[in-house]
Amino acid sequence: MLENYLPVLIFMIVGLAVGAIMIVLGFALSTSKPDSEKLSPYECGFEAFEDARMKFDVRYYLVAILFILFDLEIAFLFPWAVVLEKIGMFGYIAMAIFLGILVIGFIYEWKKGALEWE
Amino acid sequence: MFDWFFNFINWLVAIYESWPLGVQITFMTLVKIVALMAPLMVCVAYLTFAERKIIGYMQSRLGPNRVGPRGWLQPIADAVKLMFKEIIIPTGSNKYLFLISPILSIAPALAVWAVIPFNDGMVLADINAGLLYVLAVTSLGVYGVIIAGWASNSKYALLGAMRIGAQIVAYEIAMGFALVGVLMAAGSLNLGEIVKGQSGSIFHWYWLPLLPLFLIYFISGVAETNRAPFDVAEGESEIVAGFHVEYSGMAFAVFFLAEYANMILIAALAAIMFLGGWLSPFQGLPEAVFAVPVLGAVLGGGIHWLLIKMSFFLFCFLWFRATFPRYRYDQIMRLGWKVFIPITIIWLLVLGLMILGNVPPWWSAA
Repeated sequence: MLENYLPVLIFMIVGLAVGAIMIVLGFALSTSKPDSEKLSPYECGFEAFEDARMKFDVRYYLVAILFILFDLEIAFLFPWAVVLEKIGMFGYIAMAIFLGILVIGFIYEWKKGALEWE
Repeated sequence: MFDWFFNFINWLVAIYESWPLGVQITFMTLVKIVALMAPLMVCVAYLTFAERKIIGYMQSRLGPNRVGPRGWLQPIADAVKLMFKEIIIPTGSNKYLFLISPILSIAPALAVWAVIPFNDGMVLADINAGLLYVLAVTSLGVYGVIIAGWASNSKYALLGAMRIGAQIVAYEIAMGFALVGVLMAAGSLNLGEIVKGQSGSIFHWYWLPLLPLFLIYFISGVAETNRAPFDVAEGESEIVAGFHVEYSGMAFAVFFLAEYANMILIAALAAIMFLGGWLSPFQGLPEAVFAVPVLGAVLGGGIHWLLIKMSFFLFCFLWFRATFPRYRYDQIMRLGWKVFIPITIIWLLVLGLMILGNVPPWWSAA
């Protein structure tokens, strides 16, 4: 059973190795003639003014928080979906109640405008 | 005449058998991984070529036609060119994060292929948690992008990374709900079992009973891979190239490979979960048809059907890019949160009732 997961582990290591090898290869084969103009951050030809790590919109945080809620819910739905036919109507109603509570929260945030992007 | 050749083979086999079992298994796994990854890389290279050719013809141009016969060597020329280009590391950037992020974005794009079944039993890792693994690993791809945008220390890169992060997580929810629908229909997380659950005929494939989820899955897939019309994160005319504006040479090529490998992955998953994977659309014809030597092999199930279905989805990716104008960012977020998520939640509840009630019109499959 668990030995089925060995290829997965090896594949992940190979995946990381492929990326690393390609970048090392890129460094090995390419020239490197840095100068200060070339290494400055791209800003459409203008001199860079102020730091690039500026304040950004709080709504990105909001999306991230909502994502955590919904993604947890999906993780919760996965095992439920697999055994749905075994647990029958009782399991269905239990999940419907759970989803109902979640939908109330979803409607609340919708009405509050958390999903608005102008 | 060929004695030396057979001796050589026997010698290699003897070496292989002298290794401890663990090393043997690891070695065979590595061989299989290479056998999977090499065609994948060729597919990625020629997908870029197909993209330029197909979009070229859709716009009444010829596309690349100078390198090699009818341009067929173009992707190889591109790869060689990128290999010899200077990798620029901007002064203000976090050097290590800057170089790690392309690796973080390609590793998951490749690692998911471990659980994709190409034919009955033809899968590298036949794990029971297949679909869960797919969901988990594809979610990791966003780290590479966000870290790249942050580490570049450039305004366009940061803006692009924020946009892409919010967009990917929004569509991942819709995608996850669509996967839950597939699970309810198949009753298994194993991708091979999911395909087998669709056998019967073309109407047993899950695209029909799960039609809304199928469409939402594929559209979310387009959004997840930042392809047009959802490519605001790298929209050339707005924020130049988004998160990878500071990347050049091989570091850029790795991001590029990851994006195209992800496209092929979405196509493969859509084919496996909704269009019956390796199953033939002619299933259900009389047995005698499949006994005919060549015709039977072509019409019967096999890896070629999976490849045909994948090609169809990949063509759709390119077709969308040639057809649709880019969405505005607020429109993208509205589609993700206010259209897809409500539809999927409602459809899951409907689907649950249909499965439990065994409603025949479109739930004869269960």
